[in-house]
Amino acid sequence: MSNSGVSLADIISTVEFNYSGDLLATGDKGGRVVIFQREQENKSRPHSRGEYNVYSTFQSHEPEFDYLKSLEIEEKINKIRWLPQQNAAHFLLSTNDKTIKLWKISERDKRAEGYNLKDEDGRLRDPFRITALRVPKLKPMDLMVEASPRRIFANAHTYHINSISVNSDHETYLSADDLRINLWHLEITDRSFNIVDIKPVNMEELTEVITAAEFHPHQCNVFVYSSSKGTVRLCDMRSSALCDRHSKFFEEPEDPSSRSFFSEIISSISDVKFSHSGRYMMTRDYLSVKVWDLNMESRPVETHQVHEYLRSKLCSLYENDCIFDKFECCWSGSDSAIMTGSYNNFFRMFDRNTRRDVTLEASRENSKPRASLKPRKVCTGGKRKKDEISVDSLDFNKKILHTAWHPAENIIAVAATNNLYIFQDKVN
Amino acid sequence: MAGAAGPGTGPGAAGGDGDDSLYPIAVLIDELRNEDVQLRLNSIKKLSTIALALGVERTRTELLPFLTDTIYDEDEVLLALAEQLGNFTGLVGGPDFAHCLLPPLESLATVEETVVRDKAVESLRQISQEHTPIALEAHFVPLVKRLASGDWFTSRTSACGLFSVCYPRASNAVKAEIRQHFRSLCSDDTPMVRRAAASKLGEFAKVLELDSVKSEIVPLFTNLASDEQDSVRLLAVEACVSIAQLLSQEDLEALVMPTLRQAAEDKSWRVRYMVADKFSELQKAVGPKITLNDLIPAFQNLLKDCEAEVRAAAAHKVKELCENLPPEGRETIIMNQILPFIKELVSDTNQHVKSALASVIMGLSTILGKENTIEHLLPLFLAQLKDECPEVRLNIISNLDCVNEVIGIRQLSQSLLPAIVELAEDAKWRVRLAIIEYMPLLAGQLGVQFFDEKLNSLCMAWLVDHVYAIREAATNNLMKLVKKFGTEWAQNTIVPKVLVMASDPNYLHRMTTLFCINALSEACGQEITTKQMLPIVLKMAGDQVANVRFNVAKSLQKIGPILDTDALQEEVKPVLQKLGQDEDVDVKYFAQEALSAVAQRLRKLDSPAKDGEEPSAPGADKNHFLRPGGPGEDTGKFVPLMSRHTESERLGWFLRRQ
Repeated sequence: MSNSGVSLADIISTVEFNYSGDLLATGDKGGRVVIFQREQENKSRPHSRGEYNVYSTFQSHEPEFDYLKSLEIEEKINKIRWLPQQNAAHFLLSTNDKTIKLWKISERDKRAEGYNLKDEDGRLRDPFRITALRVPKLKPMDLMVEASPRRIFANAHTYHINSISVNSDHETYLSADDLRINLWHLEITDRSFNIVDIKPVNMEELTEVITAAEFHPHQCNVFVYSSSKGTVRLCDMRSSALCDRHSKFFEEPEDPSSRSFFSEIISSISDVKFSHSGRYMMTRDYLSVKVWDLNMESRPVETHQVHEYLRSKLCSLYENDCIFDKFECCWSGSDSAIMTGSYNNFFRMFDRNTRRDVTLEASRENSKPRASLKPRKVCTGGKRKKDEISVDSLDFNKKILHTAWHPAENIIAVAATNNLYIFQDKVN
Repeated sequence: MAGAAGPGTGPGAAGGDGDDSLYPIAVLIDELRNEDVQLRLNSIKKLSTIALALGVERTRTELLPFLTDTIYDEDEVLLALAEQLGNFTGLVGGPDFAHCLLPPLESLATVEETVVRDKAVESLRQISQEHTPIALEAHFVPLVKRLASGDWFTSRTSACGLFSVCYPRASNAVKAEIRQHFRSLCSDDTPMVRRAAASKLGEFAKVLELDSVKSEIVPLFTNLASDEQDSVRLLAVEACVSIAQLLSQEDLEALVMPTLRQAAEDKSWRVRYMVADKFSELQKAVGPKITLNDLIPAFQNLLKDCEAEVRAAAAHKVKELCENLPPEGRETIIMNQILPFIKELVSDTNQHVKSALASVIMGLSTILGKENTIEHLLPLFLAQLKDECPEVRLNIISNLDCVNEVIGIRQLSQSLLPAIVELAEDAKWRVRLAIIEYMPLLAGQLGVQFFDEKLNSLCMAWLVDHVYAIREAATNNLMKLVKKFGTEWAQNTIVPKVLVMASDPNYLHRMTTLFCINALSEACGQEITTKQMLPIVLKMAGDQVANVRFNVAKSLQKIGPILDTDALQEEVKPVLQKLGQDEDVDVKYFAQEALSAVAQRLRKLDSPAKDGEEPSAPGADKNHFLRPGGPGEDTGKFVPLMSRHTESERLGWFLRRQ
């Protein structure tokens, strides 16, 4: 990689807000999870509201070796999903290629003091001189945030896990790998149910893989999964225990005029997300992001071009493997806007109502604290205007794959390689 | 104990002698905060000792506040704490102070771990009974309300389990409040809470006045049964059982049945599954009339449901359903309304459905009697005995005794044999293991002649199976057969075949001979053991494989108690002494162990009058003690190899798609 000076382990591999938006979790290739907490309103520092500061950092996954298959298992965190808050502590699921872990993040601000057999300085007391029993007393101490592993869900995936999604029933979640989707109970680690299996009997007949899967935000029986062929299947768990047969199939007919050697590769869906309302879902393929109405399977209701200017560059993007990059996408809290990433540290936002779109850049040079971001433009042929950047000078090593949008406010988190940028709608 | 040392050695006592009886308690208290979970757990489990030493006053003012804030611990510690506190009333000063236990249990009732929460609720329910009516309203009811309106759903789920214990003892005004709280939990935003409420609905209904049941519980039940989440709806089915028991037939028909009918046809297979799974309970709760009018048609639908899980659950209930029908008219109902559907299931496409049916179908023969069984059920049994799926055949065979009582097993033997032979040779070792376990039963029912002709060779073939678990089971099987058919049979049919294996070129088979002798010697008695088995064992002491030799030593020790003094002295002892000089350490070790056991046995035989109480107990005890651990009989040095073998097959079994 030409990102000289950036350690591979520091590259951010997933970003996720919790349900309230007060916490933001990132995972990286080094298997670490960093959680940021939003500062509460503070009179002495009027601007601190909205700032996210590190709340807890822990090592979620370690590199492992599968001796049976002679395979190295990377520690890279593929996905993080928060659980709905159930008590004062916070819980999240993190997964690498094979193993899903449930973490508890809790606070402690009291400490017990006073021993019977030791005095305050830790010196042992004479056991024969104990004349009274002391019960420890709790004293306040500096806030301590602890992350502890609560459950480990392992040994259920033969292929690499690409998605996890918590069900709205609050007691189950799914995990998807290239060929199968499993359903877990959050309290049971030693068994899961295989609900989708697309593995052909003969692996030579393999034509598509599962690329992402997600539960419906409200209907606990509905989930979707996307495939490398550019299609999305919606399954209803009510109709049958095994969901190998879908109940809806979303596919846009291919335009024969634009068919090329790369058609199949660029139509592969890299991410699928339900809108908060549950009415729509969004899919991201290599060049575009599409919004589907769940009631219409034949074509998307909106198609937004993310970086159409790359269509002429597919050949070189194929050669440097960029064409296989998996861009994710996300909805704004009100579902009125969507966001997804591109190259050169650019990311795109589309306003669904006004049909306006904007390209912004996440970089240290161009974003000063509390200054507005300037929209960027890529020159698409003809004369390059001032402030425009030509397609040829885009840096394809600076890619924004992972972004997240606060569930209620216009705050976004953008992961650019090893940097996390948090932007906020300008207040007043 | 504290009192004895107390007054004399007070604070001012010369020499500074502390109260040494306090030391163990001091350790326990300090270990409440030890880094080692096990030590913390130990301390928590002895919490009553600590409390006793502190006295009721300090327990209330110091220990309980400390425990209330210690809910950061591991689940197992919290679980133990929740359990302890349920029995703590005496230690805080009796019922008058029982409310002091509420704060720590309240915090335990909000932790995320379900087992801990459930235990805290259980303890709270226990303590509620120790509250006086006044204390209940002053302390316990406010706690329930606090939990019920808590911010987090963990506390609200815990509240659901507490309403039914305080309701009967509360005043009317409070009762109304409690009902109001329960109502709001039934329509909580989070499905977790609605599920908790749904699962406690039946229990709560039981303590309510009948009018309130009709006016309040039934609407709640109807709402939960049509919840948008099927995970909630399926729990309403369970509540249906309890509510149905409280209502008269007319009310039942008007208030509950519409909902139940709807549940049996729910869009979600999980809800229909629940109806099938709870069918017997529902049947009993609604009574015979509604069963005939409503449940039987619903059951027919469940038996032909489009989801295999539902059909399997319903198939499981076929026998219970038929048993619970009113005796008059039962036969007609079964013959006309159930049997046609069962016939369909016999050729179901899903093996789990067929296997579920096979596990209960034989039970119908006792209900339907001989003629119907021969005419209608027998063809089904025979079809299932030929099923392609081994579990189906196995389930039929394992329930043969039901049919035997009605029509005798001979009717089946023609089809039984091929089925047994095929299972006996199944590629999955667990299937083979399962059929071996039914052999003694089958042998008893089929009789010795049939067994000798058809099954004996199978039993012998298992002795040389390539999986150790099968060989082991085959050995035990022989012992059970001998107990059934007697020693003479053993002498003529089994023992010669077993002994021939002693000169098999495969050392594993030679060892099997020894294992068989270990198992059979007691059942066969002294004569056969001494005359036929012992010479072979002794001969094998010269085997070239060390594993065989040390198993000889172990066998000699095992059969020692059956032999007489002469045999022990003249034959066994010299051979063991020779093995005791063996070049292999393991052989030496086991030979010496056996020698000392034999010597002990000889001493006892010399003075038999002394301890007639325990004829061979010390020998047997030691014998048992000496055998290196593990669940099965050990195969000596090669254990790892054997277990790896069985392990890999076991993995294949488990990795099968669920």
